Amino acid sequence: MQGPGLLSLLVWLPIAGGILVLALGEQRIGAARWLALAVSLATMAASVPLYTGFDTTTASFQFVERLPWITAFKAEYALGIDGISLPLILLTAFMTIPVIVAAWNVVRERPAQYLAAFLIMEGLMIGVFSALDSLLFYFFWEAMLIPMFLIIGIWGGPRRVYATLKFFLYTFLGSVCMLIALIYMYVQAGDYAIASFQRLPLTLTEQIWIFFAFLLAFAVKVPMWPVHTWLPDAHVEAPTGGSVILAAIMLKMGGYGFLRFSLPIAPDASRELDWLMIALSLIAVVYISLVALAQQDMKKLIAYSSVAHMGFVTLGTFLAFDIAAGTGALKGAAMGIDGAMVVMISHGLVSGALFLCVGVLYDHVHSREIAAYGGVINTMPKFAALFVLFALANTGLPGTSGFVGEFLVILASFKASFWYAFLVATILITGAAYTLWLIKRVVYGPVANQNVAALTDLNVREFIALGSLAILVLVLGVWPAPLLEVMQPTVRQLVEQLMISKLPG
Amino acid sequence: MHTMNENVLLAIVLLPLVAAVVAGLFGRAIGRAGAHTITIAAVGVSCALSFYVLWQVTVAGVPAFDGPAYTWLVSDGVRMQVGFLVDRLTALMMAVVTFVSLCVHVYTIGYMAEDDGYQRFFSYISLFTFAMLMLVMSNNFMQLYFGWEAVGVVSYLLIGFWYKRPTAIFANLKAFLVNRVGDFGFVLGIAGVLYYVGSLDFSDAFAAAPALAQESFHIGQHAVPALALICICLFVGAMGKSAQMPLHVWLPDSMEGPTPISALIHAATMVTAGIFMVARMSPLFEHSEVALSFVLVIGATTALFMGLLGVVNNDIKRVVAYSTLSQLGYMTVALGASAYGAAIFHLMTHAFFKALLFLAAGSVIIGMHHEQDMRRMGGLAKYMPVTAVTCWIGALALVGTPFFSGFYSKDAIIEAVGESHRWGATYAYWCVLIGVFVTALYTFRMIFLTFHGPERFRNAAHAGHADGDAQEEPDTASDHGHHGEAPHETPLVVTGPLVALAIPSLIVGFFTAGPVLFGSYFQESIRVLEGNDVLGEIAREWHGPVAFALHGLMAPTFLLALGGAATAWLFFLRSPALADGVARRLAPLRTLLVNKYYFDWFNENVIAAGARLIGRGLWKGGDQAVIDGVVVDGSAAAFDRIAAASRFRLQSGYLYSYAFWMIIGLAALLGWFLIAG
Repeated sequence: MQGPGLLSLLVWLPIAGGILVLALGEQRIGAARWLALAVSLATMAASVPLYTGFDTTTASFQFVERLPWITAFKAEYALGIDGISLPLILLTAFMTIPVIVAAWNVVRERPAQYLAAFLIMEGLMIGVFSALDSLLFYFFWEAMLIPMFLIIGIWGGPRRVYATLKFFLYTFLGSVCMLIALIYMYVQAGDYAIASFQRLPLTLTEQIWIFFAFLLAFAVKVPMWPVHTWLPDAHVEAPTGGSVILAAIMLKMGGYGFLRFSLPIAPDASRELDWLMIALSLIAVVYISLVALAQQDMKKLIAYSSVAHMGFVTLGTFLAFDIAAGTGALKGAAMGIDGAMVVMISHGLVSGALFLCVGVLYDHVHSREIAAYGGVINTMPKFAALFVLFALANTGLPGTSGFVGEFLVILASFKASFWYAFLVATILITGAAYTLWLIKRVVYGPVANQNVAALTDLNVREFIALGSLAILVLVLGVWPAPLLEVMQPTVRQLVEQLMISKLPG
Repeated sequence: MHTMNENVLLAIVLLPLVAAVVAGLFGRAIGRAGAHTITIAAVGVSCALSFYVLWQVTVAGVPAFDGPAYTWLVSDGVRMQVGFLVDRLTALMMAVVTFVSLCVHVYTIGYMAEDDGYQRFFSYISLFTFAMLMLVMSNNFMQLYFGWEAVGVVSYLLIGFWYKRPTAIFANLKAFLVNRVGDFGFVLGIAGVLYYVGSLDFSDAFAAAPALAQESFHIGQHAVPALALICICLFVGAMGKSAQMPLHVWLPDSMEGPTPISALIHAATMVTAGIFMVARMSPLFEHSEVALSFVLVIGATTALFMGLLGVVNNDIKRVVAYSTLSQLGYMTVALGASAYGAAIFHLMTHAFFKALLFLAAGSVIIGMHHEQDMRRMGGLAKYMPVTAVTCWIGALALVGTPFFSGFYSKDAIIEAVGESHRWGATYAYWCVLIGVFVTALYTFRMIFLTFHGPERFRNAAHAGHADGDAQEEPDTASDHGHHGEAPHETPLVVTGPLVALAIPSLIVGFFTAGPVLFGSYFQESIRVLEGNDVLGEIAREWHGPVAFALHGLMAPTFLLALGGAATAWLFFLRSPALADGVARRLAPLRTLLVNKYYFDWFNENVIAAGARLIGRGLWKGGDQAVIDGVVVDGSAAAFDRIAAASRFRLQSGYLYSYAFWMIIGLAALLGWFLIAG
């Protein structure tokens, strides 16, 4: 038993901070704001040793903590990270800061509670990515939804109840199925450790049932076509910060779930059903990109763009079997998963930044309609420069983080099939079309109306929030090696694990 | 000095980048003078070092450099690096790019003097220089793709530089999207290289080329030669960047950008990236007859049919743009005929005379107070003698008059195609031959309509000036916008560069044709298989530039050019009524040409509109009607009924405090288990 350490700090520091902010309340909002910022910065600082102390030569879990939790069920409070969870934890620890900075004095209704919700959610999300015990994972997985419901339900737009309900229904259905699968495996394995589940021999039928149970939970989160329709509504109704965290972190839990649960626990079912996952991914990329083209609401457009980009994640994740079957070797199979991971990180930064950009416009004009804008560059040149940069990153421009993951997934998909690569690469055209058409209509052109004429450029607070994201997007685009290095051993081990059948006998 | 210094190469690339960042981010702080000083200094040093490198590889005999700068990433055992390959081909391109860029930088001081976006413009053109250098100096496909897209982005930013103009922001989006269609092919080609070679380094790919030529690739049930697939995919990228049919549609519209950019990015440097890329990939293309035939036919088609469009256009800048398309077609034909050296040589001579023609057109536009329609010009030679003379020089070079630079490059291409026995070579030969006539026709039509004949500008109604945009092209002349007044010669900042470019347009071919075309200039940097060496065949009859030119005077190509010039003289100078009569008789053909073969119509009404329609249909029909309407709302309604029955209401106030206590409760529970356990 290893006692509480750095990971526990990362989980509980923001939660405790959130409760303190809540306690300070709306009366002492000045102090509450600074406390929230300090807590988010401290969490970020505390996550740095995870990276600097991370051993990139091993695939085994690091910074492990184990304590008895619900001893009756043999559920442990077990935390630990490997090369898949570390980048996602760093992303989570980082992304909360711009959300808090952006909300500074923009959120007028119950600002302290708003900030508290994000801090508590941060801790819970880090918990999701670091839990080694599936019951603990489930606890964080469910708990993290509560602040998100509240954020949309309280600070959301006019149709927030509909959006929250839709979000709830979708996720609830998936979660229940996942819980049943976890309990089934607990009965077989005798404890809730994810590692035990991964070792557990399962027949193909069992694996397929488990695979579908997980699929429901994770596909909704990603979201995959056709269970994606909650996302545009949730984004449209959510306040800016809610959209940022939803797009940047919460969607990644689906991708993480596939890598942590579906693939290693049900490798044979994954092999049997990879055609389904690939088909759904390709539909997401092709179909959803066309749908994005038709959007008139900025947030909906970015939401659909997210679904299309997450298609790269699920495609990359499930390419390994086809590559191994086609080439007869493992070589090349890991590149798809590498790409999927990088797309997740990059999409977290880029879509988060795009939602922040829309938030800046919304704060002034109170409209998300594309038609309400035009010629923003004339009044907000600094903002326009950053918005265009993030838009270009969203189109996968080399030199930005958006390129790296998409490039790797396209390279890997060619190894599986020319047609996969052909279809998935269409995002080069469609992605540029919807993103830059948005830019053309919103940013360029003559000043469209009085609202745009009255806009003022970014203030220092907004500039820092967007500027820091821009730097990360560029650094990751120019030098992605450190990110890839961290995950190499874990991804390699995962691919090897996939090739070993778990069928009994 | 026996090896190249890596730091010199790094400096060549990074100096323009640093200058671009400084001018872009701190433009206001450093001011206009600061912005142009730092960018010109950076590009100037970069240019000087490039010429030093050129001297090293050509004169000093320093071996080619091929090495990494840093590791970009390692994924699944594949190491992707940023690195440089600098051989004679690269060094020539580096010299052309930095020299041309330096010219733009200097020219811009005068040209953009009145513009609010002065610092931004300098930042962009410096950034362009960086991107273009990354492209030509790359030693691997990843970085090549980086440079490829980066020059595309800078082009996007520059076409839309005057972002208030609706036409400019339409043109830049169009340019980016059409280029993305090319990049779509390009990235598939790169993926194919990785699939077969296991590495993205040029050296590995080139080494694997002969073996790769034996592989076949299965698409469904069909087996296709793997190398042909890869090369054609890569070439689709070149078709986008170098504006080959049917991906040419963006280039005429790109003329919405400031004129120096049209001249130097959309004529002299960036659009030749595709030509350079195929020449760089000659070790791959050489092993695929299929791909080379494809290149040959596309290039020939572009060379002829884009030239024809120049004959009916009345906008002086667009005529030059169509000429650029046609000349890019000539370069592509040369690539397809395995005459890579001729393609690169034409790229170089074209860079000079086309930049000259563009800047001369810009000078005419300034002198005519922003009139671009040639129907309202005429007789300008009297008013603008320097512009007229330099423009004549450019025109003579373009049509391939013996002894002019364009003659050596164009004649070599035509002869090389004639020597080629590749599938499609006969078609290509006819295209490039007829193209000579067409080139002379549109070039002299432009010259005669602009500089000679009756003066048509005095009573002209300026219908083309109704756009009323706030941002006009800046006018370096003082008397801005006084229509109907006499045209005037432009000031020295404009005529100076014209003269400077006229000189190489005249002589550069004469002095360099021997070594570059028929000598061993390119050495190992371009590989041609034994049986394909058409330039080698022609070289046997090479007896120096004078003999070549004298021979050219009697060749059919020169007669064709004379014929084109004579036709232009007859129709547009001697008796315009005759031209009108011919136009009436050929009305259907004229309609086809005026509508640019309906490519734009097709793209806008079928592809773009179709995509929007499908997107809308999938959204309204798929997402909203089926998924939401039937599945989600159905279950939501059911849930609502249950919730209502159990008195559970989704009211924010209650739900809010309830849920917060739930989390705190859960946290407490978890903590208690921790401590108790």
